[in-house]
Amino acid sequence: MAKEILSGNEAIARGAYEAGVKLAVAYPGTPSTEILENTIKYPSIDSSWAPNEKVALEVGIGACLGGARSLVTMKHVGLNVAADPLFTLSYTGVRSGLVLVVADDPELHSSQNEQDSRHYARAAKMPMFEPADSQEALDFTRLAYDVSEQFDTPVFVRTTTRISHSKSIVEEAEPQTGLPEPSLKRDPAKFVMLPGNARKRHHVVEDELLKMADWAAQQPFNRIEERSAEVGVITSGVSYQYAREVLPDASVLKLGLVYPLAKKLISDFAARFKTLYVIEELEPFIEDQVRAMGIDVIGKDCLPICGELTPGRVAAAIGHEELVVNHTADVDLPNRPPNMCPGCPHRGVFYNLKRLKAFVTGDIGCYTLGFMPPLSAMDSCICMGASVGNASGLNKVLPESEKQKVVGVIGDSTFLHTGINGLMDMVYNGSTATLVILDNRTTAMTGRQENPSSGFTLVGQESKEVDLEALCRSVGVEHVRTVNPWDLEQTRSVLQEEMDRKAPSVVITRGPCILIKRDMGQRKTPLEVDADKCTGCKACLNIGCPAIEWRPDEGERGKAVVSQLLCVGCGICDQLCKFDAFKLVDSEVKNG
Amino acid sequence: MDKVTNILLAGVGGQGILLASEVLSEVLMMAGYDVKKNEVHGMSQRGGSVTSHVRFGEKVYSPIIPEGEADILFGFEILETCRYMPFLKANGKIVVNRLQIMPSSVATGLERYPENLEAMIMSKVPETKVVDGLDLAVNAGNPRTVNTVLLGALSKMMDIDLKLWNQALEKMVPKKFIAENLKAFELGRQS
Repeated sequence: MAKEILSGNEAIARGAYEAGVKLAVAYPGTPSTEILENTIKYPSIDSSWAPNEKVALEVGIGACLGGARSLVTMKHVGLNVAADPLFTLSYTGVRSGLVLVVADDPELHSSQNEQDSRHYARAAKMPMFEPADSQEALDFTRLAYDVSEQFDTPVFVRTTTRISHSKSIVEEAEPQTGLPEPSLKRDPAKFVMLPGNARKRHHVVEDELLKMADWAAQQPFNRIEERSAEVGVITSGVSYQYAREVLPDASVLKLGLVYPLAKKLISDFAARFKTLYVIEELEPFIEDQVRAMGIDVIGKDCLPICGELTPGRVAAAIGHEELVVNHTADVDLPNRPPNMCPGCPHRGVFYNLKRLKAFVTGDIGCYTLGFMPPLSAMDSCICMGASVGNASGLNKVLPESEKQKVVGVIGDSTFLHTGINGLMDMVYNGSTATLVILDNRTTAMTGRQENPSSGFTLVGQESKEVDLEALCRSVGVEHVRTVNPWDLEQTRSVLQEEMDRKAPSVVITRGPCILIKRDMGQRKTPLEVDADKCTGCKACLNIGCPAIEWRPDEGERGKAVVSQLLCVGCGICDQLCKFDAFKLVDSEVKNG
Repeated sequence: MDKVTNILLAGVGGQGILLASEVLSEVLMMAGYDVKKNEVHGMSQRGGSVTSHVRFGEKVYSPIIPEGEADILFGFEILETCRYMPFLKANGKIVVNRLQIMPSSVATGLERYPENLEAMIMSKVPETKVVDGLDLAVNAGNPRTVNTVLLGALSKMMDIDLKLWNQALEKMVPKKFIAENLKAFELGRQS
């Protein structure tokens, strides 16, 4: 079959296709997002974005009730949202294969924590595969469907950023055929989890896990690479690759199934080595279980719990070799943190919130960058949807003099994910905070995915649009205002009025993400600075636009210059300049 | 075991580094090597510092380059090239685009872009190849072909059949831009 170089995420999509999956559903989240962006290549799979991970899993369970194989994917923190159905799904088991892919993010490349989702396998009593490269991502995903049906359980495939986003060479296979057609089939004793039924199912779950641990000891996905008779390593996932890199001569027990552990295989392997390492990222998940078997190992006593592993970090931890630095720059290099794009509709909103001295409870999205200087207008960021509840609670406990400074800030996609519940609470329980919905018509941070208010589906079909204003009014918010976020003065005055109002209120700042491809018309003629008019006052630098560059050596006090390559002509800088120094490129006309 | 070669690409989000590493990986796969590449998406884009790790050889394990093991540092911007110099081997090589992009702290006047970085790189790694990417791309007929120019310059340091590079470009670049990209590659290779 064809060889391709695929990312872990592309390989998982391929594996699902080869397994005859009929439905794939997710909420986008780095590093898992590209899985569903690749299942759409296979027309036999119904692929969709759900409003959140809980709904995604429930949709996946629905397909499973009908006897269709389904795929549900999410990032690690999304699994917390989906945990409620998850813990009962493991009791019901499946009618047809259900695989849940969870993508962890050690090192927090694009996340708010580095939780180790392997703990969910144990807590929810579900088997978990962990691939170490793209070939295994494909093979394990495909295999997970057979395992799901064989042991009547949903199955996890767990990746990390370095598996999801690494590319390696993959051999593809023909898709499975002859799977049963979906149909209605009642089985209430299995799927209606009333106490009487669930009590019986719990016994089934425990029995199946024991069977699986015995079975797993014989399976090729848990394999031993025989080399040294002195040093042994137990490892899985990307840590396997680092272990092989650093300890090429060691014998390795590479676990493909990290829960339940193949205990017999582990104890037989462990008995043979004087020095035995468990090399794993984040938590001592395998290590604790191996120690509980009475086996002494070297693990987190030297390997870090915080951050991801790298070949160098593994080598340093086990005292193998010192890191060698041969070249350094010898000068202090300015950092290059990410920034909102030129023309981003959020920029002016945060500029105003800072001016109004708002205490901003933030949320998850591009706009979390409102934290960065010079905007520096975010005071909390916990999880998806938290801005709303955080604002309500804070508003309630503050004295009158400070109550009205509290503003929650949330994106359109995040609001529909888990923000709307918080808004119901805000109204129902009498908070007088203000909520700003930054409606940029897309789920921007993860790469511009559609959502229920964007008007399009994952596959690009037009769809019903949630009317955000009507939705807010329907839960009882009497003051819902919509503003153009590129109009600084309008945005400021509406924000001020609604912050002052002693009632719950919502301000929707509606302006499409500058990167949305179907709406490129919003890119306008770039601006330029009239050097004669620029006084070097630096007012325009307060918005932190990447298109504006400060030239300290020009003029007496320095001058601002606009990059013609980056500027999209949003005009925020022009509204800030008291000296009319910004004008349309190649024009004498002041930008209007 | 045969040795693994490591190429570290470094630059700024939005420069098209991921696409350049796709082309490079494709060429290496066509040449019959085991290849792994890795980069991080999400928060680190949006104008932030971006790297892509490409490793190839008989058999590659880790998808990320071990610290201090890069054979070639392939820089798309001067400051970012300096940032990742500690990854370079003692006898490693550098190919770098002569381009400065201001980080936000510099653009807002809080810090200065360090001076003489190019000279510093040359003093540390004298055989560094500095490429006027934009000028050559303009000569090739399209300023957007900078990354192809840079790949051309990189190709001089690698023992890979020229035909494979051209095949990979033909496979991965949209048809209407092929001619200018092949030209850009050639100009980079000759530079």
